[in-house]
Amino acid sequence: MVTNITNFGRSGLSDWLIQRVSAIILAVYTLFMVGFLLFNPGLDYATWSGLFDQTWMRIFSLLAFVSIAAHAWIGLWTVTTDYLKPTGIRVAAQTIIILAIFVFLVWGVQVLWGA
Amino acid sequence: MSMLQVSVYRYNPETDSAPYMQEFQVDTQGRDLMVLNVLSMIKEQDSSMAYRRSCREGVCGSDGMNMNGKNGLACITPLSEVIKKGKLVLRPLPGLPVIRDLVVDMGVFYEQFERIQPYLQNDEPEPAIERLQSPEDRDKLDGLYECILCACCSTACPSFWWNPDKFVGPAGLLQAYRFLADSRDTATRERLADLEDPFSVFRCRGIMNCVAVCPKGLNPTRAIGKIREMLLANAT
Repeated sequence: MVTNITNFGRSGLSDWLIQRVSAIILAVYTLFMVGFLLFNPGLDYATWSGLFDQTWMRIFSLLAFVSIAAHAWIGLWTVTTDYLKPTGIRVAAQTIIILAIFVFLVWGVQVLWGA
Repeated sequence: MSMLQVSVYRYNPETDSAPYMQEFQVDTQGRDLMVLNVLSMIKEQDSSMAYRRSCREGVCGSDGMNMNGKNGLACITPLSEVIKKGKLVLRPLPGLPVIRDLVVDMGVFYEQFERIQPYLQNDEPEPAIERLQSPEDRDKLDGLYECILCACCSTACPSFWWNPDKFVGPAGLLQAYRFLADSRDTATRERLADLEDPFSVFRCRGIMNCVAVCPKGLNPTRAIGKIREMLLANAT
């Protein structure tokens, strides 16, 4: 048993499962977005705004934001533990990454519900 | 005369400040020798050449090394299988500290093996005769117990290179599953609890170098997948 305190789920198993579930959610969101843009070639502000006015789209988008936050945390945490060997640099990088993810997530919520 | 050009990694920490490659010409007389035969011919030319070997038939696992970029056992690897552009390049197993020439310090590899408790654990009263196992349960150990701990797989694994102190590595995990899959072992829960952190099992990224190099044709990646399945079934 190797102890870890800066990974997302505190357990390798939960990180592993969350990474896979969030990947599926992001894939579905991406496919939906590409599909929506393809089916609306002459996209205007009203259509775009109308899409994001609907509650289900806001929930879907927030789900995608939370997924990308978790996915990025788990993935980048793995990268830092592989390649950043000095503890000070690694902890600093992990802290910056986690704070940035938090900022982007809150910002995303504001964009979704702010307009 | 058919001369084979062989380039060998040399390092003697007592006399060399840095490792270097030494060139040898070996007369194979056109035969498709095993790499180990070539090494013994090199040792006749230069007796200071150091490498491990014992059974010379792929059973003991002593002569794991990197031949033209791929890990394998020198004793069961014919030249025809590894020669590229008429040249043979021999290096020690990657990622482990070099003691001398092709001899590496396997300490960290054995520590990970020790960590998975590679022995049968059973808390039930001992039967009068041996603990029996059905032929079907015995079949589950096929493809697992054959590992000879040559370290070819773990030293071909980037995840093991970066975290040899935390990631168990393919060889250790194959054996971990060998005991998880054994119907006679009762320590399954304790074994799984020791493996659920982000490093021990989950640092495997499915690169599958272990499968590509295993000289016994075993599949550690599949065993790692089975461990993940067991962890998931146990925790959800």
